[in-house]
Amino acid sequence: MQKFWIWLTRFASPPVFYRVAGLWRPWLGLATLLFGVPALIYGLFFAPADYLQGESYRIIYLHVPAAWVSMLAYVAMATAGAAALIWHTKLSELAVVSIAPLGAGFTALTLLTGMLWGRPTWGAYWVWDARLTSELVLLFLYLGVIGLASAYGDARRGARAAALLSLVGLVNLPIIHYSVHWWNTLHQGSTVRIFGESSIDGSMLWALLASAMAAKFYFAWSLLGRLRLQLLAAESEKAWVAKALNLEPADA
Amino acid sequence: MELSLSLAFRAALQRELKLAWRRRGDLLHPFAFTLLVATLFAIGVGAEITLLQRASGAVAFLCVLLALFLSVDGLFRPDRDDGQLDHLLISPVPLPLLLSARLLAYWLVHGIGLTLASPLLAMLLRLPADQLPVLMLALTTATIGMSAIGLIGAALTVPLKRGGILLALIVLPLYVPLLIFGCGTVAAQANGEPIAAALYLTAALSAFLATLAPFVAAIALRLGMD
Repeated sequence: MQKFWIWLTRFASPPVFYRVAGLWRPWLGLATLLFGVPALIYGLFFAPADYLQGESYRIIYLHVPAAWVSMLAYVAMATAGAAALIWHTKLSELAVVSIAPLGAGFTALTLLTGMLWGRPTWGAYWVWDARLTSELVLLFLYLGVIGLASAYGDARRGARAAALLSLVGLVNLPIIHYSVHWWNTLHQGSTVRIFGESSIDGSMLWALLASAMAAKFYFAWSLLGRLRLQLLAAESEKAWVAKALNLEPADA
Repeated sequence: MELSLSLAFRAALQRELKLAWRRRGDLLHPFAFTLLVATLFAIGVGAEITLLQRASGAVAFLCVLLALFLSVDGLFRPDRDDGQLDHLLISPVPLPLLLSARLLAYWLVHGIGLTLASPLLAMLLRLPADQLPVLMLALTTATIGMSAIGLIGAALTVPLKRGGILLALIVLPLYVPLLIFGCGTVAAQANGEPIAAALYLTAALSAFLATLAPFVAAIALRLGMD
């Protein structure tokens, strides 16, 4: 176990992480394409149309993967935040700062596709449905983290404040989710359900799962890219950066 | 040791209350603000009583919520400017203890203060008489949690030049559950349902937040000030 931890903490070192992330990225990009392209082609053109919603349901292949990533990203951000506060590693601070805009982007995509889907299905772009509403609050939580991280003059202190806020948000997210659910049932009686308990047909399911995998691979690919750039910027004075970029050391 | 902790708590509480009392004229501002928002709302909606009355519980709740939010920025900022905050941080007394005294004082002054002022607000919005005690009960309970969230938000933003819109972005989304359960309490009374469920949920949430907030705020202050 001890050995495992030592092996693991090696990756928190900026030069090691920069190199390893660089090795991983092409494979993650490849996996995104391998899962995403067939899933989207099949889902958007060949999958059977829904018996109730017709063709409009096809946006599910974007909406649901984006929604899953938007929530997963928040948990990842808060986990990195906890690591940043406990171990003060630079990498985890940068991870918080890098994940926040990505997560906010996926949340915005979820809301956008949800609204586009809502127009033909519910007859309105916006319905105060429990899940849409908590997704909107999630977007605000992301914006708060992004705003706080960038408001500090000192980047590291900003990142730590953002890390703490992301943890506070993580504790509050389930409360917000269930309270919104409670509110919704209080006000509207029954809500429009897309899935309900009814299971999705197998021919649609595999494309959905594949596109969800693609979204997660894309998230990882994009995150590693952002992290590498952030590392370069944060450590620009260090020797390893000059070596990694094949630059002549400035003072040599 | 036990004695000195409770002494420190009491001294911190007394200081805050005394300061609030010396500037008691300032307390009129949030109160006037609630009346102003209610007036603007009524003017915007129109003088139609039924519409106003149906929304009155929620609007009154929101007026207090916004007024309370406006005073959040003042939780630490004056103390940071005159150096008092540094004394808090280097004090041998545990910081969360001092912060919980501050939270209690803040709630007593602003939370209870605005709740006591809410009957006038209710009158303005034509809240049905049977809902007023429920509204006050919900406000008393929910303002504890709101103050606790405010404490965290203020601690996170105190190193910045201004809290402003960023503070709103941090604090307001976290108010959502309290708003839902607080307004739900009033709505239950309006619908003739038992209010216990919503009120207890408000109370539970407030207790949870008030317990956690001093510790989180202490971490936030130390992060910002080192």
